[in-house]
Amino acid sequence: MTQQLAPAIDRAHARSFVDSEIRPHADAWDRAGRIPEELLDRIAAAGLWAPFLPAALGGSGIDMVTLGEIHEEVGRGCSSVRSLLTVHTMLSWALQRFGTDAQIQQWGPELAAGRTLGAFCLSEPGAGSDTAAITTTAVPHKGGWLLNGVKKWTTNGQRADLLLVFAKGPASTIALLVPSSAPGVLVNPIDDMLGTRSSMLAEIAFSDVELGPEALLGPSGFASGMVLTGTLDLGRYSVAAGSVGIIQACIDACADYAAQRRVGGTPLRDLPLIQAKLSDMVTDVRAARLLLAEAGRLKDRGDAATIMATWIAKYFASTAAARHASEAVQIHGANGCSPEFPVGRFYRDAKVMEIIEGSTEIQRMTIAAEAYRKWEP
Amino acid sequence: MDTTARILSFITNRFPQAEITDTEDIFSLGYINSLFAMELVMFIEKEFTVTIPNDELRIDNFRTAKAMTELVDGLRSAVV
Repeated sequence: MTQQLAPAIDRAHARSFVDSEIRPHADAWDRAGRIPEELLDRIAAAGLWAPFLPAALGGSGIDMVTLGEIHEEVGRGCSSVRSLLTVHTMLSWALQRFGTDAQIQQWGPELAAGRTLGAFCLSEPGAGSDTAAITTTAVPHKGGWLLNGVKKWTTNGQRADLLLVFAKGPASTIALLVPSSAPGVLVNPIDDMLGTRSSMLAEIAFSDVELGPEALLGPSGFASGMVLTGTLDLGRYSVAAGSVGIIQACIDACADYAAQRRVGGTPLRDLPLIQAKLSDMVTDVRAARLLLAEAGRLKDRGDAATIMATWIAKYFASTAAARHASEAVQIHGANGCSPEFPVGRFYRDAKVMEIIEGSTEIQRMTIAAEAYRKWEP
Repeated sequence: MDTTARILSFITNRFPQAEITDTEDIFSLGYINSLFAMELVMFIEKEFTVTIPNDELRIDNFRTAKAMTELVDGLRSAVV
């Protein structure tokens, strides 16, 4: 009798899964505007929802460098699927970092197994990067909380079971764990977006949602902002990884196309202007991957420098992805604008990467502070 | 370097223009935002090999380098 060992949760495992289960279908999902339920189940079976959670909770205890590699691979296949992993990761990480023992025991195994899917609710109709402008409120009520407000652009909001909602509390912004099935939660799908079209966005209204005291995640008061900062840091890390994946997908698609397409009898790949575009893609994907890995290594060491390193990785990778996805369409010409080739999807998805988890403009304002710090090699 | 000096060094490394003493309220200097608060907590946890529980994440524990030193000392003695 032979015993079948569970596969290691690493880049190779994710690559194989993406190539067989995601890449062949990503364009169809993009057109349909949703990810099928069967794929969500397969992600769970592959152990990819929250593999950084410890084995005691049903995770695999992988390090952050490996998590980044996995999210890169998924981003190479489909940015919408990667977006679902991103928000699930954000909630799962926040729970692990700031949750009480009771909260971790209640939700940890569910999130690790993918039986409960998470989403992140911060943006509102009138507040995106300006997080101080959120108007959703959580007021003390019957020993717990009463939640009112509207969240918008919530990735996987159409499908998620557990929402990490940021609201104005009595003294500062606080984080609440809110089941999407709670009375007073109303989910309105948002369709037909420019990019990540199958990430099942929603606008979610909270009308007198009554929550128990156990809904509060993490500290209140001065440190409550850290829940948001830490959660966004993980989101930014995942988006950086996904952006690296988009650049790699552009390289793969363009190398294939340029080898086959001929102009005046010459393969595109032999034309210097095409070579220039490909060389910039190859160079930038390596640079972005290194920045991502550095941010991951600092996370694994618990080094505070990871926060700035992640800002920089996300800024570089997302802007490079948008630039190279545009060039990927250019290399494909009219074919690049058609649904017969995936580069149009990469182009639309890459633009989203420059906006989510801190817009490029917010990143540049934050990263500029690095210039005034003492540099320690 | 003792605990207080290491904490002061971390803060002044981030804000080289800051001239602070171990009893100066760092929140009154206008430097602190949630990003730096997160970096500060991560620094303390890694540098001194402690875990700061949620109920210790109070502003008074981080107001001065002296208060942070007392927090570290308290967490270390709790482990021992």
